[in-house]
Amino acid sequence: MIIKGKVWKFGDDIDTDAIIPARYLNTSDPVELARHVMEDADKDFPYKVKPGDLIVAGKNFGCGSSREHAPIAIKAAGIQAVLAKSFARIFYRNSFNIGLPIFESISASEEIKEGDEIEIDADNGIIKNLTTNKEYKANQIPPFMQELIKEGGLIEWTKKKIQN
Amino acid sequence: MAMTITEKILAAHSGKKEVLSGELINAKVDLILANDITAPIAISEFKKTGAKEVFDRNRIALIPDHFAPQKDIKAAEQCKLLREFSREQDLSLYFEVGRMGVEHALLPEEGLVLPGDCIIGADSHTCTYGALGAFSTGVGSTDVAAAMATGECWFKVPESMKFIYYGKLNKWVGGKDLILHTIGDIGVDGALYKAMEFDGETIKNLPMHGRLTMCNMAIEAGAKNGIIIPDKITRAYIKNRAKREFIFYKSDKNAIYIETREYDCSKIPPTVACPHLPSNTKPATELSDIRIDQVVIGSCTNGRYEDLLEAAMVIKGKKVNPNVRMIVIPATQKIYQKAMKKGLLDIFIESEAVVSTPTCGPCLGGYMGILAKGERAIATTNRNFVGRMGHPESEVYLSNPAVAAASAVLGRIGIPEEIGL
Repeated sequence: MIIKGKVWKFGDDIDTDAIIPARYLNTSDPVELARHVMEDADKDFPYKVKPGDLIVAGKNFGCGSSREHAPIAIKAAGIQAVLAKSFARIFYRNSFNIGLPIFESISASEEIKEGDEIEIDADNGIIKNLTTNKEYKANQIPPFMQELIKEGGLIEWTKKKIQN
Repeated sequence: MAMTITEKILAAHSGKKEVLSGELINAKVDLILANDITAPIAISEFKKTGAKEVFDRNRIALIPDHFAPQKDIKAAEQCKLLREFSREQDLSLYFEVGRMGVEHALLPEEGLVLPGDCIIGADSHTCTYGALGAFSTGVGSTDVAAAMATGECWFKVPESMKFIYYGKLNKWVGGKDLILHTIGDIGVDGALYKAMEFDGETIKNLPMHGRLTMCNMAIEAGAKNGIIIPDKITRAYIKNRAKREFIFYKSDKNAIYIETREYDCSKIPPTVACPHLPSNTKPATELSDIRIDQVVIGSCTNGRYEDLLEAAMVIKGKKVNPNVRMIVIPATQKIYQKAMKKGLLDIFIESEAVVSTPTCGPCLGGYMGILAKGERAIATTNRNFVGRMGHPESEVYLSNPAVAAASAVLGRIGIPEEIGL
């Protein structure tokens, strides 16, 4: 899978309250959640972001609560993938479980700038900055996570397990 | 092979003699929990697995506590999904309003989480139960959905970090100050993916409510779990609560820790985390020019009886500052009732604080005390991210109950000594 799009840049420790404030969690409707995506980090973001865009952030992206609404809101806003220096662990699990592609690379996160066009070869973990022509390698995805992706996510994997 | 308590519990639940950190395992879970925010997604995902019934109707706890009692129509719809699913699956651990409390206060109180357990919850503060010597961690709704169907969850066995606390605690210093100090030391990702094992003579003497507070906030350092070796304090706590078997595990002497840190508790003062990260800590005495509009005493972190007692001891016979609103939220019905019988609620009401029914409410900016633009609160809760308690331009400071109560009287951040205690 090749993911290509324009970058929105965020800093370190972007917490789940910034990704989707709890005041909107009286619903789990993806469309409604997407209307408030990243609102407390940048109040204009839900209006600026376009389907197909990507997020590039610093360390510990998605720290805080376990709310799956965070990766759901990002995905429902049409954001194709998130690239960060590192992810908080529950957000990391949740993203795989709901099928939001995420990638870790310290150098890519440091060097890619807002507005850059990037291309990610998801299968091989190659990140290309089309604006600067630089290439980066994402950290390897653990084998079990790769299996989950191949099976179509945790629910599909569980379905098979139950059937067997 | 020498193992830590975390490794031993995970080995026992995955049918292995031993596990290594970094190893991927499939573990049987003893209890699964979700709340009114996370359960609706878990329920709809569970239905997609094709499972007709949950793996065990006695091991799934659904607790409407975040926006319950239902704060608005949408919240009521979410709570209704939990109620209907609980009826449909005949779940024995559904806690309706009137029986519910803040989940991480309620489940230990009811003896439903026990030493040696492996527990997952669709709530990040599920790590609280490590205080009882359980492996307990927060996951997302989809993980809970899969586990409700299979009774299992996959984990990467975490590396362990050891935190040793020694020395006598200063007056008005407790579990909250120790954990805030620690997060201030290592940062909000200082224990990312790791197990935080709290140990040392101070921990061995720390009462259960302080241990619960410490393990509760392990997630604020990014940890997978917080854990304390069970001992006689644990035994006394579960004595009349446990309704099933439990096992006391302890770490082997030669178990591997990737890092060990030591803290001299006699040097830890009442500590406050300033906006907008729990790691942004300062001694409370350095913040005496910070004026406040609201005080919240409650939450899964500090809403237990002893927390309320500490606040009541500070505020007894005094009045909440005219510029401040003080909101006290007992975390469960039993705590509420005990606080009433012991006269704590009278103390709060006479001091002109308000007492609420159990709810997570304002901790996550839900309701029951939301901040307006530019307002500032000091709270005994666990997070002070941007907009956590209301408007994105409001601020939250985190502290222990004594500091929060003293601040309510002063109208600014302060310590009990400043009001003559």
